[in-house]
Amino acid sequence: MLLSTLVYGVVNSVILALVALGFNLTFGISGIANFAYGALYILAGFGSWMLLNALGLPLLVSLPAMVLMTALVGGFIYRFILIRVRGMVISEVIATFGIGLAIVELFRYFGLVGFKYSLPVFVDGSFLIGGVFLDLQRAFIVVLGVVLTGTLWIFTLHTKTGLAFRGIAQNERTVLCFGIDSDRIAALSMGFGGGLCALAAVVILPLGTISVDAGYDVLLQALAVCIVGGLGSAVGVIIASFILGIAQTFSAMYLGTHWMMIVSLVAILAILVIRPSGLLGKQKELEERI
Amino acid sequence: MSDMSEPFILQVHELTKDFGGVRAVDNVSFNLKEGDSLGIIGPNGSGKTTLVNLITGFIRPDEGNIWFQGKRITGMMPHRIPQLGLARTFQMARPFYQLPAYKNLVIPLFSRRVRNLTGGKYGDRDAIAIDLLEEVGFERDSSVPFKPASVLPHGYLKRMELASCLALRPKLIILDELFSGLSLAEVSSTVPIIEKIQAEGKALIIIEHRLRELFRIVDRVIVLNFGRKIAEGTPKDVMENEEVKEAYLGSE
Amino acid sequence: MSKDLKRRKERLDRGIKVRSEDIFALSSWKVMLYLLAPRVLPFVVVLGFILFASPYWKMVLVSTTMFGILAISWDLLLSTGMVSLGQALFFGMGAYIAGSLNHIWGWPLWITIPVATVGGGLLCTLLLVPVLRLRGIYFAMVTLVLPLVLVRIIEATRILGGTEGISGLATFQNIGEELGLSLLAFLAVLLGFRRLMGTDYGLVLQGIRDNDRSVIRSGINIYWFKAQALFLAGSVAAFAGAFMTHAYMFVGMPVFALDYSILPITAAVVGGTGTLAGPALGAFILVPLSEALRGLGALRVVFYGLFLVIFIVALPEGIFHYLQRRYHQFERWVKVEV
Repeated sequence: MLLSTLVYGVVNSVILALVALGFNLTFGISGIANFAYGALYILAGFGSWMLLNALGLPLLVSLPAMVLMTALVGGFIYRFILIRVRGMVISEVIATFGIGLAIVELFRYFGLVGFKYSLPVFVDGSFLIGGVFLDLQRAFIVVLGVVLTGTLWIFTLHTKTGLAFRGIAQNERTVLCFGIDSDRIAALSMGFGGGLCALAAVVILPLGTISVDAGYDVLLQALAVCIVGGLGSAVGVIIASFILGIAQTFSAMYLGTHWMMIVSLVAILAILVIRPSGLLGKQKELEERI
Repeated sequence: MSDMSEPFILQVHELTKDFGGVRAVDNVSFNLKEGDSLGIIGPNGSGKTTLVNLITGFIRPDEGNIWFQGKRITGMMPHRIPQLGLARTFQMARPFYQLPAYKNLVIPLFSRRVRNLTGGKYGDRDAIAIDLLEEVGFERDSSVPFKPASVLPHGYLKRMELASCLALRPKLIILDELFSGLSLAEVSSTVPIIEKIQAEGKALIIIEHRLRELFRIVDRVIVLNFGRKIAEGTPKDVMENEEVKEAYLGSE
Repeated sequence: MSKDLKRRKERLDRGIKVRSEDIFALSSWKVMLYLLAPRVLPFVVVLGFILFASPYWKMVLVSTTMFGILAISWDLLLSTGMVSLGQALFFGMGAYIAGSLNHIWGWPLWITIPVATVGGGLLCTLLLVPVLRLRGIYFAMVTLVLPLVLVRIIEATRILGGTEGISGLATFQNIGEELGLSLLAFLAVLLGFRRLMGTDYGLVLQGIRDNDRSVIRSGINIYWFKAQALFLAGSVAAFAGAFMTHAYMFVGMPVFALDYSILPITAAVVGGTGTLAGPALGAFILVPLSEALRGLGALRVVFYGLFLVIFIVALPEGIFHYLQRRYHQFERWVKVEV
């Protein structure tokens, strides 16, 4: 019992990390808190479903296509809407919030509720790990999570665009002086964030059905992980996802599923009061904040 | 502590502050007697503004202590310190643009310190504000105090900033680059105002880049470089100091 | 941005506006009409509405005034530099306090409502005080999260009626009393807050929004003032919640729903932030509109979302400011001296 909870706790943690990755990336690079993140998640879900079922495209085509399309949507959101309110944090929040709201409730209006709205798993079957049954889809998610984190690590540390991203994250003005187009980077960050969001969606959604409310839940989970770990810190995200993931799984097992979300939400509140810049947050000014 | 016959109004002792890997202020100490004026100079990035932020409570020091009028103010909340009588200006003075000039002074007049000093009654804040503006050189019988801050030239805005400090009836004022961005004419009209404040017995700490104007007003100067105090003395002594010259002009 | 750089747009006050300054407001009937019309017109419209509306629409008006109060309270917070994504927190708190007091101890509504107003405001302020020190976006996130936590706790622990809520609560004697009280409350909040923001105290609050370092160095404890603003805004929002609880005779988890957080923001963005009257105007546009479009179900919220985006990007000043500007000023193209 304990071991199985632990195993599923680890899986849950990787899921949280995958989900939070895109949001953290966007915020870390361009300082935009993308409140439409959850909407992009279910957009990727329902979009893939439509490609698979309404258009009959094969899995290997629909999923990457959807990831790409979601990334484009993310970029477009910046390019056509956010660019006009760039710099005014309140307006950015309200704008992304509005977009997210419109998308999520549109899906609700279309009545896309029910068991038929689900994505197929990649591989069927399960295997034994230390006496616990684990399905291959979940195993795949863990592998993907590790691979993705590793790739992003290398990317931000060793490629030109990655370095530009880190530069912007540290000091936007200086980077502008170097001739790097801040708007283009911001659009790219929204695109990348959206793409990662979609990737997480198509991999995780097969575990259940695509629910409209996931649009809000995913945003809250991503917020929880990023705030606890520290906005902008990739390592912080990983640590936070493990803390939250295991805490959630254990409380689901021993207290009831209602408490899973409560754990995340209470964690947000606690961190904001005790250590506002997150466990490993780079923005110490938050704490020095008079 | 203080064993002098004239009490120190400000004592700064071994103040140190690190930001990540950078030591912005390194073991800085100095004292200021009541009614005296001290200049703080140094090349850009030498930690002058950080020092002021440490003294006025906007940043917490890693090490060191500060005493104001014998009272330890290290780590005090930044709004408490002006209430004790220590006022400061900001380098980047941002007034409330859409408000008339005199209304900009309402906020310091709202503070607890002013309430205590006027015995529980603020009096007519608007009238006091107009008086304060006159003290800093706004022409009295003109519409200038009533113009929105957005249309006033830079010199007026800087003096308005100074007036906000005076509103608190402080014992010590720290001026952070008051003369920056002012034309020579504006500077010449501002200097007498400062001399008048000195004559009233207020202590001053003036951070400046414009040394010629500064040396007319203060008779003691400390020099910072890379966060350390590298010299202290009269303007003449300090400018002849080799290390100071190197800091400003670079070595061969 | 303009192709032809030899011309620019100039805005000037209308002649009649200039002629209406100070005592000259009384100089002619035309000037007095100019000044009174925008202030009197809303009253006339609402009065006419009350006389001719059906009971259903009278209920809508009550609802509108309460949402108006929520929107005004949101704007007060914004004017002090706090962005709340969760007015539902205050609303729901007031609702539950009133409902519980009425249900458990049978207190009549003219006691529960004031108690819920002050108590709700106090409780929410205490909950939010720890995050007042942080950057705005964190305050926003906490206000978003708190109502959701409370809902889930109620759901999980099944206290205060749990998922079913508490029904059969006391209500007003008739729709007339309800409507009258709601309008009175709305006017009191609108005019009271506008008056407040016009005083020096209001200037301090706005100073905290515009340049809080400057306010701090003036020896003012911004957190104390923020807490005061939070209490004021929170209390009136709690009042709205308590009032609605008794109007509907029911309180349940939906009082913490996202709707009560989103609509005030949309109303403020549409109507024009910063003026207190703008958000009220926004509420008076959106609530009846959404009632009229009730048949569209979830599509209404889609429209809220779209409104938010469109207005914040294209007309950030809001309808109130826009109308005010068009009423008082005119624009014309002017040649640019090269």
